[in-house]
Amino acid sequence: MRPPTHLACKSFLAAGVLAALLGGRAEAQQLQALPVPPQDWSFRGATGRFDYASVQRGFAVYSQVCASCHSLRQMTYGDLSSLGLDADQLHDIAASQPVPAGTDAAGNVVLRAATPGDHFRLPYANEAAARAANAGALPPDQSRLAGTIQGGPSFIQAYLTGFRDTPSSVTLGPGMHYNIYVPGNAIAMPDVLHDAHVRYTDGTRATTPQMAHDVSNFLAWVAQPHLEERHRLGIRVLVYLTLLLVLVAVLKRRVWASVRI
Amino acid sequence: MADPLTSSTTPAAMTGIPTSRAPASTLPDGYGPRSRWLDRRLPVISLLRREYVVYPTPRNLNYLWNFGALATVALAMLILTGIFLAIAYTPTAAGAFASVEAIDRQVGSGWVIRSTHMAGASMVFAALYVHTFRSLYYGSYKEPREVLWLTGMLLLVMMMVTAFAGYVLPWGQMSYWGASVVSGAISSLPGIGHPLAVWLQGGDTIGDVTLHRYYALHFVLGFLILGAVVLHVVALHVTGSSNPLGIEVKGPQDTLPFHPYYTSKDAIGVVLFLIAFAVLVFYLPGWLTQPDNYIEANPYSTPADITPEWYFAPFYAVLRAVPSQLGGLLLSAGSVLVLFAVPWLDTSPVHSARFRPLYRIAMMLLVVAFLLLLACGLHRPAGIWLALSRIATLYWFLHFLVLLPLLGGIETPLKLPDSIGRPVLPPRQATISTAGAGLPMPDGAMAQRMEND
Repeated sequence: MRPPTHLACKSFLAAGVLAALLGGRAEAQQLQALPVPPQDWSFRGATGRFDYASVQRGFAVYSQVCASCHSLRQMTYGDLSSLGLDADQLHDIAASQPVPAGTDAAGNVVLRAATPGDHFRLPYANEAAARAANAGALPPDQSRLAGTIQGGPSFIQAYLTGFRDTPSSVTLGPGMHYNIYVPGNAIAMPDVLHDAHVRYTDGTRATTPQMAHDVSNFLAWVAQPHLEERHRLGIRVLVYLTLLLVLVAVLKRRVWASVRI
Repeated sequence: MADPLTSSTTPAAMTGIPTSRAPASTLPDGYGPRSRWLDRRLPVISLLRREYVVYPTPRNLNYLWNFGALATVALAMLILTGIFLAIAYTPTAAGAFASVEAIDRQVGSGWVIRSTHMAGASMVFAALYVHTFRSLYYGSYKEPREVLWLTGMLLLVMMMVTAFAGYVLPWGQMSYWGASVVSGAISSLPGIGHPLAVWLQGGDTIGDVTLHRYYALHFVLGFLILGAVVLHVVALHVTGSSNPLGIEVKGPQDTLPFHPYYTSKDAIGVVLFLIAFAVLVFYLPGWLTQPDNYIEANPYSTPADITPEWYFAPFYAVLRAVPSQLGGLLLSAGSVLVLFAVPWLDTSPVHSARFRPLYRIAMMLLVVAFLLLLACGLHRPAGIWLALSRIATLYWFLHFLVLLPLLGGIETPLKLPDSIGRPVLPPRQATISTAGAGLPMPDGAMAQRMEND
């Protein structure tokens, strides 16, 4: 075992938050969560950009794996346009999703194909249905998860690859799974990523670490969809203000030149 | 100026303006006929000229005198962005969180408007705190500026109420639980506490009605603050600005016209302020905010730590420094309210801390106490943080209630300069300006301000 570090502490907290969100019950014996390996994300820093190929693959992982339990309720299908998808692709993605469209004359719920203006389809009709399907745990919404969870995308990536066979010395509660990155090493969510589980269209091999990385990238983008635009606009504003500062400083010097203070 | 219809000396019979009142327009040469026409009917041009062009300003103001203007700039940004946010916001418990998400994600440019509004709150408080400490350090609240100080403190309190109400609106976890902490504190008042809390939140719990109320309160207060700023500026322009020496202006040799001298000096401050603002908006949007507020409010799940925004942290630290909830509330409210009494607590006739060696040290300790309280408010009240918050709270009250009244009697102030212009101007300039400028002034002349416009 490596000694506990600052990162370990952070991931411990992160896992605690996740466990709380998932309604998981940590074991009485608090097993140490492993430190989250640091990641060098392309979107970090003042000039950070998203690796859109990875974000797009992450969307594939989300829609084929995560979406069956986790909502993304603040996103519309149209929001995907800034991933580099064109109008036809957006239309096709939306059209494949049946969303509620009121009721028919007999009061039955009617479904229709979604449009790009629709919000992402919810996996469950309500919270009770979500809990009933997940041994009492509520899968958290993922719209801001990468921002609100301690450890951020690095934690998500580590967590998704942190599932192991339960050691014989450990007894987990019913419906719990063993993960080395969460406190108590127990979480209600099962191991969902398996090699080649998702089909990537760009030729990238869908290994578990690759998929975990891609979906973490995707969730980071979902949590801050305007990050790149923000950085780009920020540079322009700062360049403008710096030039203005020079002009204003020259002006002030000239105006005050005749004044002895 | 030959045109009889536009000359300022035109008889009333020809312009249709009654002569029973003294002409309000006092525009000098150089203004065109349209300006004169308007100004005789509504003297906006001469008013702006009097208050923002020729307004005689002490010639020795340093950059700390920029912060009033900076707070005004931040307030303007808040009101402008706030109007656009109000258009897209839904003040209901079911819809508030989603509407803020929609502003961030789907509304065109919504993310930058909201980010500016959020950072604007931090910027306005940063400017206000520097502005207030500047006034305390240089004794700007002393005669004849007591009412100016009171309007400023009123503005600070209004700003706090507005910021609190505004923080509840996104309906995240910190919004909800922050509101709940404040409701709890108000409930602890004996007798009126519970009814007052129920009245404020519109029911026994924080919910839909609370959100509606806070929304209306937030929106209306934004504009009331604008009105209070006008009062503050009017009061300022009656007495004139204070200055780092803390001695009154004695004549034109002590002043410079506001424009172009202080417009150009303020411009530098404003651009630097906007640069800090832009860095916050574009590169550090998460630095001063709580990530938990992106989790929708959940009355059934208390966050591990209820952390306020940094600008409330000093007062939150005072609230939690006391083991009793009522005591905490009274001290926390008292730590702001005591500021209103400062002009009457301070017994020293000397304004500026530059000439008050003991007060100067006390003021520096006050700034340290404030920063310590700020840090304490962002940490759990336990161990060293609790101890520090108690020491700092103690000093805060000691400073205002004991040191301010006592120091006036025991402190020997340094010798004040004779005038603002005299110690700094070369003798040639100082002596040609007015006959008395080179001579020591009698005491009675101190409070007089020259009306040279």
